[in-house]
Amino acid sequence: MNRRIKEKIKYTAGIIYCALVYVFLFLPIVVIVVNSFNATTSKPYLSWKGFTFAWYGKLFENTVLLASFGHTVLLAVVSTLLSTAIGTLAAVGMYKYHFKGKGLIDGLLYIPVVIPEIVLGISLLTVFAKASVPRGMITLVLAHVTFSIPFVIFNIRARLSGYDNSIEEASMDLGANRVYTFFHITLPVLAPGIGGGALLAFTLSIDDVIISYFTNGQVKTFPLKVMESIKSGVAPDVNALSTLILVGTSLLVILTQSGIFSKHKK
Amino acid sequence: MEEKKIIVEIKNVNKVYQGTNAVVKDLNLNVYEGEFLTLLGSSGCGKTTTLRMIAGFEDITSGTILVEGENIEDKEPFERNVNTVFQTYALFPHMTVFDNVAYGLKIKKKPKGEIKTKVMEMLELVQLGGFEKRYPSQLSGGQKQRVAIARALINQPRVLLLDEPLGALDLKLRKQMQLELKRLQRKLKITFIYVTHDQEEALSMSDRIAIMNDGILQQVGTPVEIYEQPATRFVASFIGETNLFDGAVSSVDGDKVSVSIESGVITGKGTDFKVGEMVAVSVRPERIKYSVRPVEGFTVPAAVKEQVYVGSVLKTIVVLPNGNEIRIERLAGEELPAEGMVYLYWKDEDAKIIHSFDNNIFAAIDNIQLA
Ligand SMILES: Nc1ncnc2c1ncn2[C@@H]1O[C@H](COP(=O)(O)OP(=O)(O)OP(=O)(O)O)[C@@H](O)[C@H]1O
Ligand SMILES: [Mg+2]
Repeated sequence: MNRRIKEKIKYTAGIIYCALVYVFLFLPIVVIVVNSFNATTSKPYLSWKGFTFAWYGKLFENTVLLASFGHTVLLAVVSTLLSTAIGTLAAVGMYKYHFKGKGLIDGLLYIPVVIPEIVLGISLLTVFAKASVPRGMITLVLAHVTFSIPFVIFNIRARLSGYDNSIEEASMDLGANRVYTFFHITLPVLAPGIGGGALLAFTLSIDDVIISYFTNGQVKTFPLKVMESIKSGVAPDVNALSTLILVGTSLLVILTQSGIFSKHKK
Repeated sequence: MEEKKIIVEIKNVNKVYQGTNAVVKDLNLNVYEGEFLTLLGSSGCGKTTTLRMIAGFEDITSGTILVEGENIEDKEPFERNVNTVFQTYALFPHMTVFDNVAYGLKIKKKPKGEIKTKVMEMLELVQLGGFEKRYPSQLSGGQKQRVAIARALINQPRVLLLDEPLGALDLKLRKQMQLELKRLQRKLKITFIYVTHDQEEALSMSDRIAIMNDGILQQVGTPVEIYEQPATRFVASFIGETNLFDGAVSSVDGDKVSVSIESGVITGKGTDFKVGEMVAVSVRPERIKYSVRPVEGFTVPAAVKEQVYVGSVLKTIVVLPNGNEIRIERLAGEELPAEGMVYLYWKDEDAKIIHSFDNNIFAAIDNIQLA
């Protein structure tokens, strides 16, 4: 066969393959977005009955759903802040200092990552119950911080593996004191790792179902609320909220990718 | 060197890292204003440690270091008027070349315009004009090194410390940077304390060389002094190639010293030796002559073992009756006869007498007594 034709076939096959992958990935999302504009009012809200913005209106009347979303955002923000702070200190400390039992602590970090979430959920519930900590926002935050910390540490550590301690010495050598050095050298150089870790912690928290299910008490997060409503088919106002979240996160990703947040290229 | 002002004075300095033996032992060294002094020694002998004590990154276990007559012990690194060029460059990866070089001036809160002209001047000086907008990751090794040098020099330090700054560069670039560094140093008249383990680099760049071995300063002197009058066995064998004969002083007549060795008596030059003292005699390979017939006066018979051409030089290894090998180096020409005996001889002044007991051994004895 002619080489050029062969190349052409290869190329077309590649395009079709990619297209299929993307359809598979994005079709469900498209369905949700489309369905959020579906005028149907009968369960399970699947047959197309015309276009409407009504669900978006209804969404803002559905205080329970909105409250659950509020809980999710609060939970994600607080647990991200805590786990990022703790994780950054841990990663930097474990990079700079050598102490007994460091290897053990290092290995233990992997456990929350690899054990099934359901096991972690049950263990947390058991601990909270035994310690009679009332289940609610506090336990949710504690649980989310627990499973986020290792991810934050791993992210910053990846950044630290290329970190040269002598840049801090160079800074002081050039006349900068320790505080100036921390804010102008250490922090900016580690910032991508810290930011990446925080983003990861945030996304892990925002869509967590299993661990939240065990530790939430009376507080309903958005994913839990959605799980609940599934029994009766996903209500279009949930679709509407999902669509809004989708738009929000996409904007965030586009902004980060286009480099608006980073002052320099690496 | 006389009449020159001392700028760095290292007095009886010892350094012991936690859980190790002394890494720097009783170091005494004066560095003069405007000179290019090289700390030379093999890996692990304490060169970096010495620099880091001057820069302020390591505590001094005992002793004092004075910079411009001032004890720097209690000064933080950022309060000392010395700057360092690190072996790993240590450029700030998140800053452009411009910002890297400007760092020191920004901390001093100099006006923007002044910073700009000075940085540009400095970049011109290290031949990096036009590179100011690049990030360190976009530079080659040699260019990074120039940025590191410019960044350290812009503060106009009284003393610049350089820790094997050319260690990571390939041979050709290293030779070129050696010349450039030397040119910079002459032009700016800043005192350089330069660390290397490359003797050729040390010999070609330095005003004076300080040779360290195992934390002990062996000798300080100009390249010629170090090469021609090695003070210790270590220096003689570390700098260039040499042949060493062990023996005992049999007579002393002014600076003429006779030494009995296994195969006879060598007469050489040296001062401050006593009859009966154990010494070594060092004869450089290029100073050894030979004859195929016995010669008058002192001579050592030997058999040729191996001859190698190295460009313009012929290197020969001969074996003495006692089995010791001697290296001979001559401009390429006629080869030595491969069969039969040759007779080696040299001028009296080419035989340097060296105290055999290095400071090393004294230190070892000290350590034993301490233990
Ligand atoms: N922080 C430290 N803790 C303990 N020992 C150290 C420390 N830093 C250096 N040493 C030891 O001190 C000795 C001297 O080290 P130093 O770095 O001064 O050597 P160097 O002469 O610069 O060698 P090189 O040419 O390899 O750079 C070495 O034996 C080294 O292992
Ligand atoms: Mg070193």
